[in-house]
Amino acid sequence: MHAIEIQDLSKDYAVGFFRKQLRPALKSLNLTVECGETFGFLGPNGAGKTTTLKLLMGLIFPTAGSAKVLGKHCLDPEVKRKIGFLPEQPYFYDYLSAPELLDYYATLSGVASAGRKQRINSLLDRVGLGDVGKLHLRKFSKGMLQRVGIAQAIVHDPEVVFLDEPMSGLDPLGRHEVRELIQNLKDQGKTIFFSTHILSDAEALCDRVAVIHKGELRGVGVVNDLRSTISDKSEVIWQGAHALSAVSGMLTASHVTGDTVRATVVRSALDTLLEKLRQQQARLVSVTPLQGTLEEYFLSKTTEQEAVRA
Amino acid sequence: MTSRLSAITLNTFREAVRDRVLYNLILFALLLVATAPLFSQISIDIERLVLVNVGLSSISLFGVIIAIFIGIGLVSKEIEKKTLYTILARPVRRWEFIVGKYFGLMVTLVVNAALMAVGFYLALLITQRKLTGEDGRLFVAIYFIILEFLIITAVTLLFSSFSTPIFSAIFAFAVFVIGTFGEDLHNFAAAAQGITKWAATGAAYLLPNLAPLNVIGQAAHNQPISGSLILFNTLYALVYSAAATAGAVLIFERRNLK
Repeated sequence: MHAIEIQDLSKDYAVGFFRKQLRPALKSLNLTVECGETFGFLGPNGAGKTTTLKLLMGLIFPTAGSAKVLGKHCLDPEVKRKIGFLPEQPYFYDYLSAPELLDYYATLSGVASAGRKQRINSLLDRVGLGDVGKLHLRKFSKGMLQRVGIAQAIVHDPEVVFLDEPMSGLDPLGRHEVRELIQNLKDQGKTIFFSTHILSDAEALCDRVAVIHKGELRGVGVVNDLRSTISDKSEVIWQGAHALSAVSGMLTASHVTGDTVRATVVRSALDTLLEKLRQQQARLVSVTPLQGTLEEYFLSKTTEQEAVRA
Repeated sequence: MTSRLSAITLNTFREAVRDRVLYNLILFALLLVATAPLFSQISIDIERLVLVNVGLSSISLFGVIIAIFIGIGLVSKEIEKKTLYTILARPVRRWEFIVGKYFGLMVTLVVNAALMAVGFYLALLITQRKLTGEDGRLFVAIYFIILEFLIITAVTLLFSSFSTPIFSAIFAFAVFVIGTFGEDLHNFAAAAQGITKWAATGAAYLLPNLAPLNVIGQAAHNQPISGSLILFNTLYALVYSAAATAGAVLIFERRNLK
């Protein structure tokens, strides 16, 4: 059973006042997320990330397609007991204190009253808000609100947690704290689906990522695999600087330290280079395929179709 | 379901209390008590009449204003601030949210009316130096005012489920004004001809008739209020408010929360 299974999910919005036209926000999305996986949903602003999450939460209704969470329709009340959700830039009832807010959400999620208070207190400790007491949320900083947001998403101990831009608008310290919390959830074996446009966070936390742009899925896979698809170069290190003059024409870069040469070469020229080095009696030290960054992959996926169209 | 409904109800009431909505009532009660001696200076025959009219009309008007101005934000504020997103992502049905919000505002309005009624009876006591059995009848008028709140809150909620807060306020207030003159609308419909008759008859039955709920004049003159009117008004308010709330639920169930 997949944790999340999205099939041909589409959403069109009607725009215009008199002559309404349909503007697609999400185009036939197909995606699966395995149980226990941390999945990053990447895309620039307006790509369709929040639309997808809203569809999964039942906040908007799809034009076509369907989605399952833990094997059941995503709107099944049984499913909703097992999922947690943090919206983008959340705002909570600011006249409540953090324990009151969590108690409210716990009640709505069906958490039994016995032991609820204890659970809320330990959760507040876990997100670093154990000392806020009865302070109303209107006096919380943005970082504190985001931590309350994560606490409300997991107050009922869900199996799948959906986070929409959880690091958005936070300072480096706040981002670090939220990243720690997500890592914590990951260590507990929760399935985490989070949307972001901060690629370093996705790179640090995710097992797999998907890139979405203009409502279309542009790529999906394991982070390392995706990074290696973006680079067609290898790094070759050998001893024998005398051989450099014979092979310099096929290198894209080289650096000599004493008798050791560190060079990069496009993969198509790798075999020829190795043959030449053997002929020059250079001693090969290592050959390492180079990986691109997730950012390079992201940029390639969000710009390639525009380039083709142009 | 019950725990979710009561949690939403309690939270809505708590919001009203902590946003200091009820503070105006304490002010009202204090003002009424403080000005009670002035009523004593009016002729002995009409001091009670004036006090009952002013007091009960104030309870009604304050309540309707609160019902409309909190009611228009019940749904739209939750969408605008995205607090609704974290509610509907849980096993909360949309109808539970709407009905919980409705109950929450009704609890606020009943507490509101009760506090005002305490101030009103205190003013009555100061003015007359005693409370009589006839003053007990005024409870019926207060009960009818609460029935009026039931209807106005449901109508406001209905408008707020599809319209902007400002339009919801305008529509709801218009319904309140037309409803207050509901008997006149029925009489006009009976006297009109042609298409005007059809339109007026339709409006008379579609819009709430709040006129039978206004017994302030009768109460002030110590005229008895029949049991059949109490029963009719109770049923009318329950059925009308249930229908309007059901309409709000039907619209909200299909709404995309952009």
